[in-house]
Amino acid sequence: MRILVVEDDKDVAGFVVRGLREAGHVVEHADNGRDGLFLAASETFDAVILDRMLPGGIDGLKILETLRGQKNTVPVLILSAMAEVDDRVKGLKAGSDDYLTKPFAFAELLARVEALNRRGKGEGPVTKLVVEDLELDLLSRQVKRAGQKIDLQPREFRLLEYLMRHAGQVVTRTMLLEGVWDYHFDPQTNVIDVHVSRLRQKVDKPFPTGLIHTVRNAGYMLRAEQP
Amino acid sequence: MIDRTLFRSAGFRFGAIYALLLAISATALALFLWWATAGLLDRQTEAAINADAQDLSERWAEGGLASLIVTIEGRLAQNIDDDAIYFLADRSMRRVAGNLERWPSHVTTPGTLYELQVMRAGMRSLANVQRFDLPGGFHLLIGRDVQAMAQLRRLLTDALLWAIVVVVLMATVGALVVRNLFRRTLANISATATAIAAGDFARRVKLTGRGDEFDQIAEVINDMLERIGRLMDGVRQVSNAIAHDLRTPITRARTRLEDAALHADTPEALRAAIERATTDLDGIVAVFQALLRISEIEAGSRRSSFTRIDIAPLLAQVEELYGPLAEERGISLVARTAAEVPAYGDKALIQQAVANLLDNAVKFSLPGGTVRLNASVAGRVEVAVSDQGPGIPASERVKATDRFYRGETARSTPGSGLGLSLVAAVAHLHGGELRLEDNAPGLRAVLVLPIPEEAEARPAALQPKHDFI
Repeated sequence: MRILVVEDDKDVAGFVVRGLREAGHVVEHADNGRDGLFLAASETFDAVILDRMLPGGIDGLKILETLRGQKNTVPVLILSAMAEVDDRVKGLKAGSDDYLTKPFAFAELLARVEALNRRGKGEGPVTKLVVEDLELDLLSRQVKRAGQKIDLQPREFRLLEYLMRHAGQVVTRTMLLEGVWDYHFDPQTNVIDVHVSRLRQKVDKPFPTGLIHTVRNAGYMLRAEQP
Repeated sequence: MIDRTLFRSAGFRFGAIYALLLAISATALALFLWWATAGLLDRQTEAAINADAQDLSERWAEGGLASLIVTIEGRLAQNIDDDAIYFLADRSMRRVAGNLERWPSHVTTPGTLYELQVMRAGMRSLANVQRFDLPGGFHLLIGRDVQAMAQLRRLLTDALLWAIVVVVLMATVGALVVRNLFRRTLANISATATAIAAGDFARRVKLTGRGDEFDQIAEVINDMLERIGRLMDGVRQVSNAIAHDLRTPITRARTRLEDAALHADTPEALRAAIERATTDLDGIVAVFQALLRISEIEAGSRRSSFTRIDIAPLLAQVEELYGPLAEERGISLVARTAAEVPAYGDKALIQQAVANLLDNAVKFSLPGGTVRLNASVAGRVEVAVSDQGPGIPASERVKATDRFYRGETARSTPGSGLGLSLVAAVAHLHGGELRLEDNAPGLRAVLVLPIPEEAEARPAALQPKHDFI
């Protein structure tokens, strides 16, 4: 992915840029709003990571509004220390695709940025998701693995759908809470792990290979067994 | 300078206004009294004279001089009160008929009412008279004796003069009383404010118990002080938290890092130590976020986003989220909620509050226990979560919603001590409360919310006392 990072804090920016490059992405960096807007508007990126409070008179929201005003639909993730509910709502209203508050774990940022990529491709309406021998039909709401029908509860279905839509990508617990349950807070107990483990019981256990993998210190990933 | 400060005093102004009002009403009363007594008699006399004149002129027209004389004499004879005065004079002002000795010299203009001294039957008296000129050079004087009326008027004037003296005295005394009352009431409030400014935050404005406007002001001020006190307590709790409760995990993280820097022999050990320290820091961040969220809720700004919602599906969702976790731990989660649970509020906040309660219940339950989620609507909305865990002793329930409070039984369980604080904050924001009860055994936590009709009607600023957080 070609990613633009607009962030004025040298340490945070250096850490993010290095991490993204290590994950195999091409990264451009701007340390003020003016350069950030110029780069975002003049070049093509797969995703933009945007800090809200920036020097140079143009803050993150202004950049975002300008881009959206120019019908630029590049996926944008706002990375901000402004953590109140209203701040988040403001960011999403201005047209951001995701909102992550500082401090953050790099794994969370990486997972969310990579998730944006899939969303940005804008493929037509999908009716069927397939990973290896696992099939999920969105119309008949049926799940089959190796031709064998699997019965899932509605919520399990949505969980599997979310994982399959992000197949090959890391999905964090917070992303699952937000994407599947529409919860925007962290429960103190790790309820998500239990839900995933139940899903595994149905989708992976009866079959020789597992598709849902735990990624240490990050979350989960649904992918075909590496050859 | 003294005068100016006197006029600037509101107490003096109120006193002066009282005196002025009293003076104006007293004057108005006196004027009316005058008009209704002395004035009335004057007007009656004038009317009687006019009626006589009308009558006599008719007689003159009918029967001429002779008839007029007979009439006058007849009237005088019939006049029992002896107050009628008639005098008919010829061209040269000599007496023709009547009960005066001679024509009063200064009665010269016809149609004017004169008040003058007359001599009647050798007695000096006061009379109101009017002159009429008749054809043929005759002059007629018609009048009434007003000696008695004049005495009454004098009496009345004296009485009113004394009344003025009394009114002035009363106005002065009244003004002083009003001013002192005003001062005393304000002194109560201002003494409280001064004491608070000086640091005695427990002081409250004294109520007289009369329930009047001053009591209402005092109550509003006391409520305000209560609220400020709570907010200050909140701030104090947060600073205490930073000073004490966060010091522990920060110390732990710092020690780990320093220890690793000094003693880690292998890159693996170093990495492991850093990872553990990062986890500690994440925990600190989570606590901070929870604290900020509680403050955000307590500030009340989220109230603007309140809408009418049905929380039944919301409860079903939370139950669905925690169901598998409970099952995994051998706890049965039983939900019994009304088909429709209407409320007025913030969906996400209520959801989080209920999630916190369920989180606690599942966390503190032993395998084999039952956690119940009940929701009922009967005058108020009650969402109850009960467990069969260790519960909270009655003596500790009040403190249980304090930030960072952790019960003795909870020390060994992971948690920040902020879960119930958040639930209580959400309840208060919605004009409700969080009730902690004994489930014998276990804890029954009830989130009480007002029904939407009540919650919507209630202006945010005027909530009853117990709603102040």
